[in-house]
Amino acid sequence: MTRQQTNRLAKIAISLVAALVVLPTVFVILYVVYNGIGVISWEFLFTAPRSGMREGGIWPALLGTVFLTFGTAIAAFPLAIATAIYLAEYAGDNRLTRWVRLAIVNLAGIPSIVYGLFGLGAFVLFLNLGTSIVAGSLTLGLMTLPVVISTAEEALLAVPQEFRTVSLSLGATRWQTIRHQVLPHALPGIITGIILGLGRAAGETAPILFTVAAFYLPELPRSIFDQTMALPYHLYVISTQVPGMPLSLQYGTALVLLLVVLSLTLVATVLRTRMRRRRQW
Amino acid sequence: MHMDPNVSPIIAIEHLSFTFPDNTVALKDVTVDIAPNQVFVVFGPSRSGKSTLLRVLNRLSDLSEGAQRQGRVFFNGRDIFSPAVDVTELRRRLSMVFAIPTPLPGSIFDNLAYGLRMAGIRDAQTIERRITRALEQAALWDEVKDRLQSSAFALSGGQKQRLCLARSLAMEPDVILLDNPTSGLDPLSTATVEDSLIELKSRYTIIMVPHSVQQAARVADRAAFLMGGELIEAGTGRQMFANPKDRRTEDYVVGRFG
Amino acid sequence: MLKTEQAASLPAAQAETTPSRRHSGEWWIEQIIRGAGLSTIFIIGLIFLFLLREGLPAFVRISPLNLLGVRWYPIEELYGLLPLLVGSLLVTVGAVVIAVPLGLITAIYLGEIAPLWQRELLKPLIEVLAGIPSIVLGFLGWVALAPLVQQAGAPTGLTAFTGALILAYMSLPTIISISEDALYAVPKEYRDASLAIGATEWQTIWRVVVPAARSGIVIATVLGIGRAIGETMAVMMVTGNAANIPSLATGMFFQPVRTMTATIAAEMGEVAQGSLHYQALFAIGIVLFLLTFAINSLASMLIGGGKQQRSSQL
Repeated sequence: MTRQQTNRLAKIAISLVAALVVLPTVFVILYVVYNGIGVISWEFLFTAPRSGMREGGIWPALLGTVFLTFGTAIAAFPLAIATAIYLAEYAGDNRLTRWVRLAIVNLAGIPSIVYGLFGLGAFVLFLNLGTSIVAGSLTLGLMTLPVVISTAEEALLAVPQEFRTVSLSLGATRWQTIRHQVLPHALPGIITGIILGLGRAAGETAPILFTVAAFYLPELPRSIFDQTMALPYHLYVISTQVPGMPLSLQYGTALVLLLVVLSLTLVATVLRTRMRRRRQW
Repeated sequence: MHMDPNVSPIIAIEHLSFTFPDNTVALKDVTVDIAPNQVFVVFGPSRSGKSTLLRVLNRLSDLSEGAQRQGRVFFNGRDIFSPAVDVTELRRRLSMVFAIPTPLPGSIFDNLAYGLRMAGIRDAQTIERRITRALEQAALWDEVKDRLQSSAFALSGGQKQRLCLARSLAMEPDVILLDNPTSGLDPLSTATVEDSLIELKSRYTIIMVPHSVQQAARVADRAAFLMGGELIEAGTGRQMFANPKDRRTEDYVVGRFG
Repeated sequence: MLKTEQAASLPAAQAETTPSRRHSGEWWIEQIIRGAGLSTIFIIGLIFLFLLREGLPAFVRISPLNLLGVRWYPIEELYGLLPLLVGSLLVTVGAVVIAVPLGLITAIYLGEIAPLWQRELLKPLIEVLAGIPSIVLGFLGWVALAPLVQQAGAPTGLTAFTGALILAYMSLPTIISISEDALYAVPKEYRDASLAIGATEWQTIWRVVVPAARSGIVIATVLGIGRAIGETMAVMMVTGNAANIPSLATGMFFQPVRTMTATIAAEMGEVAQGSLHYQALFAIGIVLFLLTFAINSLASMLIGGGKQQRSSQL
């Protein structure tokens, strides 16, 4: 075999492997859509499950996921933004900063089930919040922090340095500079980070297992101190814990969850692309 | 190296040294006085510490974290490094125009009003009056008076730089620091900027890093020659460019190196 | 000199401004921001503290012999962590063995071979893969993949291998993106020089680009392990949840196993708060926390070291 033939063969092999990685993704999505689209209806989306969940819809779970997603945003947003500002604008190159960065890397690496344990120990039991939307949101919020921090920091650092220099040279203070010349231009990137984080939070199951998720609760929550059903846990329950569950309802639930999560990711991606295009500098 | 003893200096630099965190020495024991209402030119080969000197004067050099500084700088007799000095106030009094035109995102008006608003000036009439005057002084008023609300990025290079000058002038500073303000400009725009400088010195002290020796010679009342962070000599513009005392200054001025 | 006499002229323009008031408000904002930055360290400490608070008693109340035993059978008060550790290990190793070569090759394809239009299509697609909830992949593994594995000859479809396969796909986006960064960081001059002396593209990739990106690939592997070891729901659904130590014979990947994460998820709902079982599950949490903490600290050390190396080369 000549070198040229080896070269051609290697390139074909590499392309095939890449296809092996990428095609299942497409397949997974199409497969869920194909099997799940049939049960999607007004009734499926907007009514509660009936007959031990073997009939009816997913409304309480869908709504619960929406509540939890908002709760996560409220829990994670302020702290994540402030931390990103600290890292991008205030932190010097010193040991403390390295510790903060190490902490963030490790927060990102903690298994989601461990967040669940922490949420149970700290929010549900210690703070006595009970299994509730607020305990689940706080748990998910903490888990989401690292993603939002790192995308927000990236967005802040993408604002050209000279805006800061010019602003300071005109007598603005450091905070005025951040407030008027950095944050407005970084905002789309920060929002992208938040949405990405929320997409992840919306699909998570392990952190909500012991902090908020209800096995079967057709009534809607009346306050943030109530339990709620949530889509990811609902999917787990109906696919493994309920015997005789119609497969179509399982696929339908998987499809709705997939759509919720992917649409958040999609919004974030579109926002990022548009922001890059609109940039003036 | 001292100037006419009858005029008190607006800026007095005493034994100033500045070393960057990576141990590059930018300024080495520089001592010089700068008189008010003159164009003071700081020139020399590239990397001789000219820009650093300007940035130390309004303490933008504070941004280089970990840099070492020795010596003192007095502005109107007051040590600018004293803890009692409000840095933002100092930067309003010594306003900087950068080499590359650097409008901030936003309208022409926003750019001009930015420093004033940050200083806590809210009165619309005051802002408008100061902006108008600054634009007139920077010879930009006629070109932009009808489109103050359009984006500053839409201006031409020369207009942008005059906008930056006007933005500084709107602060009504005592000193204008110009760091090679005509580097990116065509000869015509350069001439416009130089002309406005000559007019401005009746009201302001101008400290400038020039684009070339020729430009230095055209605008300088007094000049200082820096090399490798050291002040080689300082004197009146006429003396420095026609009859330099130091051999190195002469070599540089006649173009033997650069 | 007249320095003292003129000192008074500096604050002349301050009449219109109120810097001191502005600055004191700002001081508070800056303290809050600093506090937020430091809170990340506080939070990670707090998480560990709460795990210790709930889980540490288990290490006292359960004898070391029991903890190191080979049976996890809480009803009989048998809390041997070994089968769970082995379960996590098998699934993780399997996932990494599958994912690292696939991820690296995909990164090579994206960085060195794919035309621009494919790259622009594939990258968002990989982001989509990263966004698919693990429960959805677990569900598909449960209803679609497991039957396939069984048909292929395994005694059951719910095996360590099934879990590893699902996990591999979940770790792929991380591994691809870090490998890609590593390959991208290889200076273009290396490639040019190699091609200039007559090497083919393949020789250049294999002999020049991949070795130069070695440290990045190691980091990708380490982070892939970290990701895989902590995954819960998908693994719980497809590995069969049998808390046995699989026989170390051939086909050990094709037996049901139970991971640490799945054990917590499956059993925490049924235990009484404060019971021995409850504490034992938190003890597993402590083990998981320490494992992932070590892995991620190692990875970030490797990343930091690599950066220093690069800058000293410049």
